[in-house]
Amino acid sequence: MSTNVGIVIVSHSPKVAEGAADMVRQMVGAEVPVAWTGGNPDGGLGTSVPAIIAAIDQAWSEAGVAVLVDLGGAETNSEMAVEMLDAARQPKVVICNAPIVEGAVIAAAEAASGAALDLVKKTAEELSPQ
Amino acid sequence: MALTSDQVKRLIESVAKTVIAEAERLTALDQAIGDGDHGLYMKRGFEAVLADLDGLSRKPLPDAVKAIGTHLVMKVGGASGPLYGTLFLTLGKELPAEPGLADVAKAFGTAFDAVRARGKSDVGQKTMLDVLGPVGDVLAQASTDPHLGDRIKRVATEAAETTVNMKATRGRASFLGERSIGHMDPGACSSALMISAVVDCLETL
Repeated sequence: MSTNVGIVIVSHSPKVAEGAADMVRQMVGAEVPVAWTGGNPDGGLGTSVPAIIAAIDQAWSEAGVAVLVDLGGAETNSEMAVEMLDAARQPKVVICNAPIVEGAVIAAAEAASGAALDLVKKTAEELSPQ
Repeated sequence: MALTSDQVKRLIESVAKTVIAEAERLTALDQAIGDGDHGLYMKRGFEAVLADLDGLSRKPLPDAVKAIGTHLVMKVGGASGPLYGTLFLTLGKELPAEPGLADVAKAFGTAFDAVRARGKSDVGQKTMLDVLGPVGDVLAQASTDPHLGDRIKRVATEAAETTVNMKATRGRASFLGERSIGHMDPGACSSALMISAVVDCLETL
């Protein structure tokens, strides 16, 4: 298991999520655990709480997991997914207020340096207008 | 009020079937100012509820309500899943097994606050809260009004209508700014439909 912070990408569109994950891997290779999810439980545009939980499991690192989301429902469903994790895991998962593609790439680059979860989140969020 | 397992079943079935029957209307409202999936998503959530109807009705009322919330969270696939999920999960957590009107009012108030927190939103932003808020106020002030059911339905329906002239400042409709004015909020509409379905069904029990 990686000691670096993991990255999870949650988009309404599986294509956006997968594409963003490809861009992350191009930047950091296998140094950072990356997982993506997109689409509702029927495969249309949307997000799915069980799928987000599975993606967090897949990218799990004891250093924590930073989640990048796109629009409203992705954020709300991700918050719900985090609350449904084991109590011990919950504080180790953060949702970043950052653009999904750029945020994922810069968060992963920061994570690859061994940065702690707080710093990974902060670096991604510097991309957002304050 | 003590509900038998059969009554719980009828209540859940009536809410679920109402939402499913109105799915196209909800989707049409959402197509006007959102991403056009509200009816579809709610239908998927409440179909999961219907599929578990026998299991749900075997549970005590609070547990059944909580389980509805879990189905919605896991199945809906949009923001309405966690929002309605939070509403039902909190109601289930707060309601006693045999709730009186005061218990319902208190649980509804707590659930309203939980939805507000989940959506980081408040009344006046053209959302489901614009229906839940006024209905919660009626419940909180209710005593022994013999026409309480009618009053709740009227307030819920009128509250949904008031969202037509609101400008959305939360949710996908907020991206449209002024163009969100002139359309009813789909979440306000589904909330009013569900509340009316609960009242109608309770009156026949």
